[in-house]
Amino acid sequence: MDNIRIIGLIFVLVFFFLMVAAAVISRQRGGRKLRGISAFTRLMRAIGLAVEAGTRLHVSLGRGQPLSTQSAIGYVGLSILERIAKSTSISDRPTIATSGESSLGILSQDTQRTASKYLGDEFDPMRGRITGLTPYSYAAGTLTMIQEEDLGANMLIGSYGSEAGLITDAAERSDSMTLGGTDNLSGQAVLFASAQEPLIGEETYAGGAYLGSGEMHTASLYAQDILRWVIIALIIIGVILNLIGVI
Amino acid sequence: MRNPVYTAIAIAVGLVVLAGYFLEFELLVNLRIVLLEWATILVAVALLVGVINLFTVHWRKMSTEPQNRTNSAVLIISMMLTLGLVGWFGPTAPISLWIFNHIQVPIESSLFAILSVVLIMAGVRLLRRKPNLLSIVFIGTAVVILLMSGPLFGIDLPALADLRTWIGEVPAVAGARGILLGVTLGIVAAGLRILMGADRPYGGS
Repeated sequence: MDNIRIIGLIFVLVFFFLMVAAAVISRQRGGRKLRGISAFTRLMRAIGLAVEAGTRLHVSLGRGQPLSTQSAIGYVGLSILERIAKSTSISDRPTIATSGESSLGILSQDTQRTASKYLGDEFDPMRGRITGLTPYSYAAGTLTMIQEEDLGANMLIGSYGSEAGLITDAAERSDSMTLGGTDNLSGQAVLFASAQEPLIGEETYAGGAYLGSGEMHTASLYAQDILRWVIIALIIIGVILNLIGVI
Repeated sequence: MRNPVYTAIAIAVGLVVLAGYFLEFELLVNLRIVLLEWATILVAVALLVGVINLFTVHWRKMSTEPQNRTNSAVLIISMMLTLGLVGWFGPTAPISLWIFNHIQVPIESSLFAILSVVLIMAGVRLLRRKPNLLSIVFIGTAVVILLMSGPLFGIDLPALADLRTWIGEVPAVAGARGILLGVTLGIVAAGLRILMGADRPYGGS
């Protein structure tokens, strides 16, 4: 086994134990308060407003390929979709999900079907749509949907490139709130400029914890925080060692 | 409540694939390869399901929403024509390539052109929505990079060219690395939550 794989395995195991430890500690001492992220505060408000005003929420899941690292952000989007679908099931106009990748489309229907069953509601397959299978056809299909539906808020949580700008522009024109986060750097730059509430880097992956998806979501945030400081320390040590000529 | 069988399968397959990546035992590696091949086949089948979903959504819209009938009709007719021609003549036949080069590429290129206008408008909206230092630095950096990305009426501004190179090599790379480290930590956390069964992005109720 080469060194890179050994380091990788150790990293994953340490991450796992930190998550379990954080979950146990938080259960014993009670949950710690998370720092405020305005995007999630506004999202919670938008969920409440959607139920009261009878507007629809839209979760855009992007184009994360299931056999690549992009799948993680797609799964985070599905986790957020599940929470929102459960919260808005009592609304006259339940949440709608769009995706630009077939597997994500199937999973979005399955997630919403499960949420509907959980609340004893009937599921409409039109609530999980695949709007296009290439980046720009997905954007074109989604912006048409945004124009046709009376949407209260749009959550773009998934893998996007610069085409995300077309979706956020359509949302802006329909006077609905936009919240967006992605794993792609160019998509992130576009969302920073065009989304009303952009999520940067790991903030996107924290969605489950902020929407109350379970204690393991919160525990994973603590584990991330600890490991981030370890990585920062290692980078600084590496820079110092390099400057004094040791490495 | 979710079906525990689906959860058990997802966790077991995830653990085998992860272990097969890190530990070089022949049985684990072979099992990992077989599972990934199955997953690839399932993804291909899912693509077919996706095309059917696209068709069904627009068919239903055509029959229930008269005001949005035209767009859906255009999509269904184009889809059937393309499927028929590419299916009959093959994906590399001249007619299939003609469809790709003369319809698909120009439409996507025009969307890309619209995107450039949309992004300029997004920049203006950003300054109106959040008139703070971060937004000004963001827009200023974008302007400097754009100015020095093409010829500026034949004018050579060495200081701006140096600034562009410095932005591209120092703050942009540093920021990108920081974001990517955060994204990587998020990916590992999401993967571990699924392996632990704490996050189940599949229904199976």
